[in-house]
Amino acid sequence: MNTKEFLSELCNSHSVSGHESGIVELIESAFSKYADKISVDKLGNVIILKKGKNNFSNSKIMIAAHMDEIGLIVKSIEENGFIKFSNIGGVDPRTILSQEVTVHGNKDLFGVIVSKPPHLQEESENEKAIMMDELYIDLGYDNNEVNSYVNVGDVITINREIKELKGDRLAGKSLDDKAGIASMYECIKELSKIEHELDIYFVCTVQEEVGLRGAITSTYNINPDFGVAIDVGFGSTPELPKRDTIDMGMGPAITIGGYIHPKLREKIVEIAKEYNIPFQYEVAPGSIGTDANAIQITREGIPTLNLSIPLRYMHTSVEVVDMKDIRNTAKLLAFFIASITNDDLEGLLCY
Amino acid sequence: MLLKKLTEASGVSGNEKEVRDIIIAEIKDHVDDLKIDKLGNIIAYKNGKPSSKKLMITAHMDEVGLMVTDIDDKGFIKFTTVGGIDKRVLVSKTVHIGDNKIPGVIGSKPIHLQKKNERNKAIDIDNLYIDIGTDTKEETSKFVKIGDYVTFDSKYIEFGDDLIKAKALDNRVGCSLLIELIKEVKDVSFYGVFTVMEEIGLRGAGPAAYYVNPDISIILEGTLCYDVPKIDSHLIPTYINKGPAISLMDRTTIFNRSLREKIVGIAIKNNIPYQYRKSSMGGNDSGNIHTKKEGSITATISVPCRNIHSPTSVMSKKDYDNTYRLLRAIIKDFEKGELVNGF
Amino acid sequence: MDFNSKLLEELVKTYGPSGNETKICNYIKGQIEKYVDEIIIDSLGNLIARKKGNGNKIMIAAHMDQIGFMITDIDDNGFLRFTNIGGVSPLVSLNQHVVFENGVLGIIAKEPVEDISKLKLSNMYIDIGVRDKNEAESLVNIGDVCVYLPHYCENENTVFTSALDDRIGCYIAIEAIKAVNNSSNDLYFVFTAQEEVGTRGAKTSAYRIEPDICISLDVTGSGDTPKAKTFAVGLNKGTAIKVKDQSILTHPKLRNIMIDIAKNNNIPYQLEVLEHGGTDSGAVHLTKEGVPSGVISIPTRYIHSTTEMVSKNDVINSLKLLIKLLEHNIEI
Repeated sequence: MNTKEFLSELCNSHSVSGHESGIVELIESAFSKYADKISVDKLGNVIILKKGKNNFSNSKIMIAAHMDEIGLIVKSIEENGFIKFSNIGGVDPRTILSQEVTVHGNKDLFGVIVSKPPHLQEESENEKAIMMDELYIDLGYDNNEVNSYVNVGDVITINREIKELKGDRLAGKSLDDKAGIASMYECIKELSKIEHELDIYFVCTVQEEVGLRGAITSTYNINPDFGVAIDVGFGSTPELPKRDTIDMGMGPAITIGGYIHPKLREKIVEIAKEYNIPFQYEVAPGSIGTDANAIQITREGIPTLNLSIPLRYMHTSVEVVDMKDIRNTAKLLAFFIASITNDDLEGLLCY
Repeated sequence: MLLKKLTEASGVSGNEKEVRDIIIAEIKDHVDDLKIDKLGNIIAYKNGKPSSKKLMITAHMDEVGLMVTDIDDKGFIKFTTVGGIDKRVLVSKTVHIGDNKIPGVIGSKPIHLQKKNERNKAIDIDNLYIDIGTDTKEETSKFVKIGDYVTFDSKYIEFGDDLIKAKALDNRVGCSLLIELIKEVKDVSFYGVFTVMEEIGLRGAGPAAYYVNPDISIILEGTLCYDVPKIDSHLIPTYINKGPAISLMDRTTIFNRSLREKIVGIAIKNNIPYQYRKSSMGGNDSGNIHTKKEGSITATISVPCRNIHSPTSVMSKKDYDNTYRLLRAIIKDFEKGELVNGF
Repeated sequence: MDFNSKLLEELVKTYGPSGNETKICNYIKGQIEKYVDEIIIDSLGNLIARKKGNGNKIMIAAHMDQIGFMITDIDDNGFLRFTNIGGVSPLVSLNQHVVFENGVLGIIAKEPVEDISKLKLSNMYIDIGVRDKNEAESLVNIGDVCVYLPHYCENENTVFTSALDDRIGCYIAIEAIKAVNNSSNDLYFVFTAQEEVGTRGAKTSAYRIEPDICISLDVTGSGDTPKAKTFAVGLNKGTAIKVKDQSILTHPKLRNIMIDIAKNNNIPYQLEVLEHGGTDSGAVHLTKEGVPSGVISIPTRYIHSTTEMVSKNDVINSLKLLIKLLEHNIEI
């Protein structure tokens, strides 16, 4: 499957945190051609194993990208059939005003977010940010009918299909972190052409957006020798301070900081330079908001790397990524993995 | 002098190498097993009389500091904080950057050029930068790179009535105490663990405890002290010169009461002054140790440090000595099997 | 099924703030020992009681600890300064009676403040009615913990008392231990410690037990009082099956099993989406390789005040759901 098509299909599907099972089949069908084994664990993480050649020490690398997306959840059904809702993961309420949505009840229902006409607003009202609790979803049905299709706790997603922008860029919802999944897909394709010694566990993790939950349990399960998280980073736009952002189209950002193993990071930078793969740096003085955070402190500690794909307008339904960055992340990872042998491993991971 | 060597070394959270190497050199001939784990924690074991309970004593090696995030076109260095630092202590200070300890200064707009309302506000980190004396990005980049760690430039100085000023007393004081215990204690089995990245999320402690799986842990710290005049006594977390501070509770642990009471009993029996750490703010490695695996009991014992997380922390030698005496007495009780009675 | 007022009254009146659960632990142990096969108390103070079986290992968690106040300072006049254990609102605690483990009584009071809405715990103190510091020190020590003075009131359908969070969960667990007899599952009833300060006991007990499934029993709020924030759960509408809170997205399959069991047994239920707060299941479901977990919530008004309120019918329905669930062969 073409990676861009795979990514578009992933993003046009729904996988709100805790409800990722809907895209498992799509992921399995894409990866199965290149994998030795695919399994799904107790929390729903999809674990794709590609074995290495002559892996005499049974060493394991874990690569993680999260397959869940932020979304909304039905909080209550009002007397007139309107729905009040809450968020799953970090949703800025200001981004959902005037959106079209789907409420995933016992069938999928089309709805709109209700907004007050400007004519009826108080003078300074439109200066203030809208709060989640002030918003309603109109499904066009009365209370009885809504109750026959929808329950408290049903999830809601924004209707958005992937749009192709100029320059090989895509815009849509949940590119955070399906861009990472797409990168893993490109990576496993590359690795089917080059030899690698170590076993690789590609993990599509669940519930990252609500607390890195899938990474906690899947890392415990796999107990790799080291782990790499692929997530998205803040793509630069005019109003953001330069030091908080990375540039679109300039390759993956390699995170530097305490939560990252210094020698592993030096090695991946070496590989990037050796193969002329564009890359940038992302400085993290402390906590990193990705699966890497959970991986590092599992069991007795796991040396960890973090790669960020530049992405603009994070956590809106018009996130933008550059396919070049996805491909370069995959390439970098593939060459990096292929360069590591069992003999190198101890020296690479020691302090 | 051990504490001087330790405090003047650079070991910002995530980059503890220089401190780790000093500690290893000090303890390697006094331990039966020594390993560096996958996050950089030092896990040392002293083999002595067999005991029914596993004892672990820990101290974190890292200090708060800064990290280079960018070099601008004129060669000025932008940075961010690592760990909890009040940004107001950064202005008008000297620093060292990177492994080569390049000297730099954090200046600020002269008061002459500031508007009246500007003077009432704290200077934002975005408006601060380090100057190493170069004028272009290219020149600066010869000496400094993005991701370099920065420490305060602060010498170890003894002053006043047996007081010490240094940077990083939190937690080189704990490291120093633990090193001395490792060297001097004979014939008692225990793990001495020097952890990484406590200041950025108690990171090293969890995996270290997972490996060691202790029954009892004693965590050594340098802790908050703000004993200035005219403050209500209940708002003073600890005092200088009133002895080691024993923790009651903080954001990450409710300290096991029986163990805490036993420690107080030991202090009283041996005529060692002690105090309680009255604040429940803050946290330390105990948080991630006591809830690991099937759980364990912990106690945190701290040396009070004024001006914590700044270049000019101050502690009292008397408090250090009394803390050491208390630790020796606790270990003696442990050796006799008395510490663990009832657990 | 009858409501066991005596048991609940004794539960809420027994001392047990987070970190000091010995008394409540001993009380519960006394209530259940003849109905279980094994009892262990671990190093954090969790009480783990097992009813052996061959099927799935199911952990049922209810937390024994309650919120409280720890003394950090005793001033020269014998007034006590304190910090909170668990979530305490200064305004709610003002002028309330408190009691220490040894029975010493006190009242929470405040220094004069200009703006009462900015009241902080550091402006407050506990007055135990002594003449000076010496007298205070003869009664209490720094590090001692007090709780709201318990009282128990009820009418035909409603209970009004402090500490329903989570003694009502403990009540349901105890009644279930006595009532469940048709279960092939291997049941671990865990009365957890230190939930109120971060679900700490749940972490360590789950690590030890390695359950296949976990169900927590805890209180949840209610959205049925005047001008209450939108919340679909209310009193007298049945037991609440949790869908989401800050600590967990309950396993959809487990949640659906719980809904089916409620429907098939005519147990009135409601679905809960809670925007704040967490429970022991939040900690358990992330243990080791993961544990599918859910929560049976008891709708409660005025949580963390001196008088929390539940409907007896809701409690009985929660108990019924738990018993049926434990007797079921759960396939995830």
